Amino acid sequence: MTAPSLEFNQVHIALHGRTLLALDARVAPGEVLTVMGPSGSGKSTLLAYAAGFLAPAFQASGQVLLGGQDVTALPAEQRGIGLLFQDPLLFPHLSVAGNLRFGMPRATPDKAAKVETALADIGLAGFGQRDPATLSGGQQARVALMRLLLSAPQAVLLDEPFSKLDTALRHEMRQLVFDQLRGAGLPSLLVTHDSDDARDAGGQVIELS
Amino acid sequence: MLRLAPWLIAALLVGPILAGLAMAALPAFGYLPALGGDAFSLDPWRALMTQPGLARSVAISFISGLATTAVSLAVVLLFLAAASGSRLDRWIRRMVSPLLSIPHAAAAFGLAFLIAPSGLLARFASPALSGWERPPDLLIVNDPWGLSLMAGLVIKEIPFLLLMSLAALHQLDAERRVAMARSLGYRPTIAWLKVVVPSLYPLIRLPVFAVIAYASSVVDVAMILGPTLPPTLAVSILTWFNDPDLSRRFMASAGALLQLGVTLAALASWWGLECVVRRLGRGWVAGGQRQRGERALRLAGKALILLAAATALVGIAGLALNSLAGVWRFPDGLPQTFTLQHWQRALPALGGPVAATLMIASTATLLAVGLVLAALEHEQRSGRQPAQGRLTSALTLLYLPLIVPQIAFLFGLVVVMEALGTRPTRWLVIFGHLLFVLPYVFLSMSEAYRRFDPRWSRVALTLGATPNGAFWRVRLPMLLAPLLTAMAVGLAVSIGQYLPTLLLGAGRVPTVTTEAVALASGGNRRLIGVWALVQASLPLLGFIIAVGLPRLLWTNRRGMRGTP
Repeated sequence: MTAPSLEFNQVHIALHGRTLLALDARVAPGEVLTVMGPSGSGKSTLLAYAAGFLAPAFQASGQVLLGGQDVTALPAEQRGIGLLFQDPLLFPHLSVAGNLRFGMPRATPDKAAKVETALADIGLAGFGQRDPATLSGGQQARVALMRLLLSAPQAVLLDEPFSKLDTALRHEMRQLVFDQLRGAGLPSLLVTHDSDDARDAGGQVIELS
Repeated sequence: MLRLAPWLIAALLVGPILAGLAMAALPAFGYLPALGGDAFSLDPWRALMTQPGLARSVAISFISGLATTAVSLAVVLLFLAAASGSRLDRWIRRMVSPLLSIPHAAAAFGLAFLIAPSGLLARFASPALSGWERPPDLLIVNDPWGLSLMAGLVIKEIPFLLLMSLAALHQLDAERRVAMARSLGYRPTIAWLKVVVPSLYPLIRLPVFAVIAYASSVVDVAMILGPTLPPTLAVSILTWFNDPDLSRRFMASAGALLQLGVTLAALASWWGLECVVRRLGRGWVAGGQRQRGERALRLAGKALILLAAATALVGIAGLALNSLAGVWRFPDGLPQTFTLQHWQRALPALGGPVAATLMIASTATLLAVGLVLAALEHEQRSGRQPAQGRLTSALTLLYLPLIVPQIAFLFGLVVVMEALGTRPTRWLVIFGHLLFVLPYVFLSMSEAYRRFDPRWSRVALTLGATPNGAFWRVRLPMLLAPLLTAMAVGLAVSIGQYLPTLLLGAGRVPTVTTEAVALASGGNRRLIGVWALVQASLPLLGFIIAVGLPRLLWTNRRGMRGTP
């Protein structure tokens, strides 16, 4: 699977006529673009725009291109863009395996084996039938990452995914996430206010004010 | 499809009410060709004015509307102020849904069995305290001032207002406000009254208005507990409407308009009272008084709600006792013998009405849930949140069936149906119930739906699920508990409906409620005990399922315990 690149072409977002942010950038497969800025700088708005959840109150112009294709007009579920939140947000009514299967494309062959391999990859072999609420914070974060990857996205958005982990876990989790994303060759957009995140991501950094 | 849901709901609620009011207004001015009224005249009004005791009927309806609401609201606010965070608070919060589920008629019968001259209270006090060897000759139930009517209504309206207040409190962060005020030296109860109530009241204003309208125009409770000579205005209107002399329908229609006027007058008076209280309250809140009255308020807040809850529960126990009693001489507190005879005798007659009640209630509830879910899902997908709590918001429409007195528009609706040639059927009754089930299901469901973290659906969408998939696979299962609660509320509302069942079914669709209320005049306590107990237990079943099923399904899912 060769992933395409993620491009932001002359993106401009305004609220009530006031410019929130402007972005023009290209993220190559396997690269991470980090957007930094204090709270209120429009980081979350950028993610909502890229994912397809921008509230109607905002006025946006420009395009999001995925492998050269304009996805700006597509609904969120058809963009092929995955999203990792601050919280793991594992569905509480499903088992760990149920969460992993949730996002897998319908035609995926041998889902059960894929789930087992994915769990083994993150050191959680045999956890499939567990209630996600009984997992530790770090375990939940890893399952959330695997759920994202198993949904076979073309690009990934990261919304300060490490900010709620404690310091010891944070570094480990960063390594895991960036290694996996690079390994899958996915272009990623990370928004954060933590400069350590940006350093570990190792890609280009854009500061919003 | 989803886009149509809000409009469908609005049309379903507004259409029948406007049509009904119009068709009550025309006969009230003499125009109803089907009954020979071809010209407009004021004769129905003249006939109405000559009815003996009309002024008293009107006065009692008006006063019971205001007094019931004032007392219920005071009890609820004092309780919340006095008991927040205490053990009593948790107990009452758990009791509020079952208490709310008791149908009005069953609660009224329970109260009647408790306070009647030969009721449980008199028995416990006799002969040791009262010296009564036989039931005293007092008119307690059906008293001419409507006091027992108001008491019966207060018992039922307290859980309603409490539930509405608890829902509104989520938006207010009351604990922090009270903590702030306490750090400034205010005692807890005073603090709650001074810093939470002024923000809470605007949010529960519509429910309060609904209570005023309901209490000023109720029929079933008034037939059981209300005065008889003359009865309340709403009961008089029903009598005229059912008179074999069809020409009295003109007068009944005029009465229906008068009832609308009485309810509107009660609402206007309450609005006036609001202004006075707001003005006086402002001085009190800003006066700096921090301590005085704390103990008394605290005691009253806890005692009054306990009294109300206990009355309702003991009343239901009284129904059970009566339904099983064999020989029970007067001052004895408990029956000398118990028997299943009354149940055995009633059983053959119970089956049909119970089945009809459940069928009507479940159909109306399922229709309502479908419409409400569609409307709420549409609201989420379009990303628009309507303003809540304001009188001008679209939510007001939902309250229309709760604020326009039933008796004022249901007659007109019957006339419309007769004119359309529709025969009274269960479907007509279901349609009538839907008018009242829909608002309650919406109110019950919308809170949970709107507070549901939108990120859950976003996760589902970014994982490739379609909007419909996200609804069925994520939102609905995660909201199962509030959904079941809303369904239980819908069932309870439908099961308790008296007037729509009676009028739209033309008396030919018997439910447990119409049958139980019809027994009121007969005075056979054993039989009433059986029917009222059945009536009270049907909605309770719904709540038991609503609480039990999620626990059963999610035994293995810790994150699903407690509301999301």
